[in-house]
Amino acid sequence: MSDTVSITLNINGANHSVSVEPRRTLADTIRDDCGQTGTHLGCEHGICGSCTVIIDGEPMRSCLMFAVQADGRKIRTIEGLAKGDQLHPLQRAFIDNHGLQCGFCTPGFLMLATATLEKNPNIGDEELMDVLSSNLCRCTGYQNIVKAVKQARAEMRGAAK
Amino acid sequence: MKPAAFVYHAPKTLDAALALLAEVAPQDGRVLAGGQSLVPTMAFRLARPGHLVDINGVAGLDRLAVDGDVLSVGATVRHATFEKADPKFGTLGALLADVVHNIAHYPIRTRGTMCGSLAHSDPSSEWCLTAVTLGAEMVAKSVKGERRIKAADYFQDIMTTALVEGELLAEVRLPLLKAGTKHGFYEFSRRAGDFALGAALVTYRIEAGKIVDAHVGVGGIEGTPRRIAEAEAALNGQAPGAAAFAAAGKAVSAVVDPLEDAQTPASYRRDLAATVVIRALERAAA
Repeated sequence: MSDTVSITLNINGANHSVSVEPRRTLADTIRDDCGQTGTHLGCEHGICGSCTVIIDGEPMRSCLMFAVQADGRKIRTIEGLAKGDQLHPLQRAFIDNHGLQCGFCTPGFLMLATATLEKNPNIGDEELMDVLSSNLCRCTGYQNIVKAVKQARAEMRGAAK
Repeated sequence: MKPAAFVYHAPKTLDAALALLAEVAPQDGRVLAGGQSLVPTMAFRLARPGHLVDINGVAGLDRLAVDGDVLSVGATVRHATFEKADPKFGTLGALLADVVHNIAHYPIRTRGTMCGSLAHSDPSSEWCLTAVTLGAEMVAKSVKGERRIKAADYFQDIMTTALVEGELLAEVRLPLLKAGTKHGFYEFSRRAGDFALGAALVTYRIEAGKIVDAHVGVGGIEGTPRRIAEAEAALNGQAPGAAAFAAAGKAVSAVVDPLEDAQTPASYRRDLAATVVIRALERAAA
């Protein structure tokens, strides 16, 4: 056990002051120290994308960052996606299109797609497929995830106009 | 799958970073930039650095600018910076945009850095192939001063570079491409975003209907990426087309000393080397 460092993580607008070892990944810290267990950990080496969160507007793998590196940055996780009882367009689209079965990969896909569509709701199919290839899903065969993200894209395009 | 303990340092200036590196490098201190290769290696406990010097907060290392006929890329410039071709970088901007989409996945590219890839020096790294094909220059800094290392001398073996203990790869300098330069990149991997089994980057210009100044680089085939002079000789002075491209591919296959692994014997990569070169040339001509 090495010395711990005191940091403040801003997750979905709320500050969490925690004390962590430098070796502690952001993903573990979000889950175990901040209690936000919606972010999932699959492979823990950057392949599966389950732990994707949005940091200062960009999707990133929270298993490949140390929590000390996220001190003071704006982090968004699945818990911040719905507005109260009002689901985010992407969440509704995943339900409408059966874009999940077991649901383990879903938080990662939702944060990946959220960051992508917020940055560019006019993203083309080819670029969208390239982005969605970032994460793994072992249930759906991806078709329904792609359909869901395209449905949300149409809705978010309308909202952006 | 949890990294072993290390002492964390987050310097704010280059001088402080270099002083720290000089101090901790002998205790297996490493530079932490994007961490997209180093952190997984630490998760597997293949690497257990005693110290990490995090350069993400070092002022000035995010510099990206044209210096005369060179594009200077600082140590914390992320891969994703190159996703959209910047017209200020001319043809080089378009080349980098073509290449960058092959590097892992978008959420990796938002964090990983070009200089980090060059320092890590995976045999299949797209940026290492780019640096060697274009003739980039690495700027290594330490408390002892600055060294400039040409790409041809920099890549020494699998994950082994000319950087020495205590040095930071502070900048890479990529030559801008002459007007009219054509470029083509092609890589083959089994899954989207996976490590390339083979990749090729080619550039050339056309004068009086013939290829001049051909650069043919292959990556993922041998322990380090390199230019293949025999393939360049097969192209220079020829009209671009299937015959010249096939001759270049054949020349590559004849001279490479391919890596082998459990799934891919040397003969496979030898054959693949020709294929990726021919497809890169076809893309350049398209």
